[in-house]
Amino acid sequence: MAKVKANKTPLVRVSKRTDISGWKALGIRAIAFVAALVVGGIVTAILVEGNPFKFYSYLFTGTFGTPRRIWKLLQDLAMLLLISLAVTPAFKMRFWNIGAEGQALVGVLAAGAMIYYIGDSVPNGVLILIMAAAAIVAGIIWAVIPGIFKAYFNTNETLFTLMMNYVAMCLVNYFINIWVTSGSGVLGVLADGHFPVIGNQPQILTVIIVAVITVLVAIYLSRSKHGYELSVVGESENTARYIGINVKKVIIRTMVLSGALCGMVGLLLVGGIHYTVTADLVGGTGFTAILVSWLAKFNPIYMVATSFLVTFLNQGATFAADAYRLGGSFSDIIVGLFFFAIIACEFFINYKVSFNLKSKKNEAKKAEDAVESEVKEEVQG
Amino acid sequence: MFASILTSAIRFSTIFTLGSTGETLTEKSGNLNLGIPGIMCAGAIGGIIGENVYIQSLSSISQMTAFGAIVTPLIFSMIFSGFLGAFYCLLTVTLKCNQNVTGLAITTFGAGLLSLLGNRIDKTGFAQASLYFTDGMDFASKLGGFGQVVFSHGFMVYFAIIVAIIVAVIIKRTRTGLSLQAVGENPATADAAGLSVTNYKYAATVIGSMIAGFGGVFYIFDYLGGSIEYTIEAYGWLAIAIVIFSVWKPNLGIFSSLIFGFLYILPYYTQVNFAQMELIKMVPYAVTILVLIVTSIMNRKESQPPAALGLTYFREER
Repeated sequence: MAKVKANKTPLVRVSKRTDISGWKALGIRAIAFVAALVVGGIVTAILVEGNPFKFYSYLFTGTFGTPRRIWKLLQDLAMLLLISLAVTPAFKMRFWNIGAEGQALVGVLAAGAMIYYIGDSVPNGVLILIMAAAAIVAGIIWAVIPGIFKAYFNTNETLFTLMMNYVAMCLVNYFINIWVTSGSGVLGVLADGHFPVIGNQPQILTVIIVAVITVLVAIYLSRSKHGYELSVVGESENTARYIGINVKKVIIRTMVLSGALCGMVGLLLVGGIHYTVTADLVGGTGFTAILVSWLAKFNPIYMVATSFLVTFLNQGATFAADAYRLGGSFSDIIVGLFFFAIIACEFFINYKVSFNLKSKKNEAKKAEDAVESEVKEEVQG
Repeated sequence: MFASILTSAIRFSTIFTLGSTGETLTEKSGNLNLGIPGIMCAGAIGGIIGENVYIQSLSSISQMTAFGAIVTPLIFSMIFSGFLGAFYCLLTVTLKCNQNVTGLAITTFGAGLLSLLGNRIDKTGFAQASLYFTDGMDFASKLGGFGQVVFSHGFMVYFAIIVAIIVAVIIKRTRTGLSLQAVGENPATADAAGLSVTNYKYAATVIGSMIAGFGGVFYIFDYLGGSIEYTIEAYGWLAIAIVIFSVWKPNLGIFSSLIFGFLYILPYYTQVNFAQMELIKMVPYAVTILVLIVTSIMNRKESQPPAALGLTYFREER
């Protein structure tokens, strides 16, 4: 048993705070962002032994330098935003779905399979509708299985969805190896099922679709009965049960929505962006989305900003890495640093830290005085 | 044929044994450290840097001794993986951030660190240094097939098994271990009983990270013979699967790792095409899901995840 130290005020006291103003919270986050950039600059300067300010200019030229880069930024932003929106309803319910990667991937697979098997025999418009249905259903299936088990048997959803990612990955590789008979393992660009191009920019359609979904999800979460129910379940399952919410139904319904949106991600990746199927088409955005959604406090509108920041850093750092010949993993480190800074700064937003320096000094002084008087007494005695 | 598959399976399973033992220890404290794949990468890069530092400090490669070539990378690996583990605790325990989010960020960072630095470090002498890692026991060849399977491995294979057994005993049989479980099951009660939740979480996570980090060192210096591959992250995720598969028991983890290792290398020894290979690769994950479902339906107390797994503990919130 540890000895209990009585009557000692701790040096640092942490208490929860709920009254922080929006501007102050934003300020703390801005400081964290700048801190991450500074550390990123220092890391770069150490690695390349060059002018650290060059790194910042690369960040901007890599993202806003040419119209093409801006379009790429917008497209990646849209995809990251969509997958972040997909995980958000579940997170609000405190259902830690870390399987968005796999749910999007089966969407990719389903859409790709439709092109592969019936692409030749139906007109393009019909094919796109079939692809959409298939991708969404596939995403729903992948998400709802862990949801059902969570609802009925309280199976740990974090670990379940994590494993489902890898099953999806193996499944995609399995089908690619069946479709590609040459043994190269690369499917190549599929001829059918391309989405219509609006105004010569293939990215516009994706951006529009995601913008519409963002608004819909925002309304669903903040204005609908469903959205209210799932946030009650997230706050307290017992309360939800007490006021007559069917918790099992809410969990399963929310996972259906999550899965459907992930399926949409897969659909857009195949039909609107890459026109092919590979196991790394989702490319880890399913995991990044978790961070994006959490940083935005599960608010779809803030999520536009957080996914912009992440996409900006990722693309800018990738450009800088190319310019410095550092390799693709450099951007992972920069984005990782950014996440650390932002995650840590959340603490200072949610908790108040007060230092007890003064009282500690007083206490020390009191103790000294006590010893002194004791000594005096002894001397006198 | 079967003996040679088993030999490589035992050898390969070491990375899983170390990873899953480290993660089990961490999860017993209630920390669901999803950063373990990144931490294993960090352990590997620590080992690489340590070996590089050691080789640079010699005037010629022929002066290399077994002690230096083994101990320096292991110490550096402990520093790197221990640091990331402590950083995870700083964020999740001290700063009370979300564990899933922090873990994922650490995995991104650690995997990036390995591939960024791994490419840039001079690897002269690594092949020679790795011989000290792979050296089996002398009498292995004299014992024929059995000796080959059991005794031909480098020291880290046995080290991993011993560590797993020690951790299992500590968790189940010692007062410290029981206190650790109390922290993972119900931190508020543990706190009320006078246990320092913070200290237990830090200690378990940092030590667990160091054990997992050794998995990275093993993979680079023993399994790959001193060259670098970037698949460690995937093995880290499998290690997390093994923790579930072995229902949070490191002694079962040894056998689970062996099964996973066996399934992982099996496709390379059999006459299957690429498509079937993918199906075999899927088996470990599918079986893990099955174990997860079955244990949750049976709802036996002994085979559940720690009750407070993944939750941050704030004393004033109980």
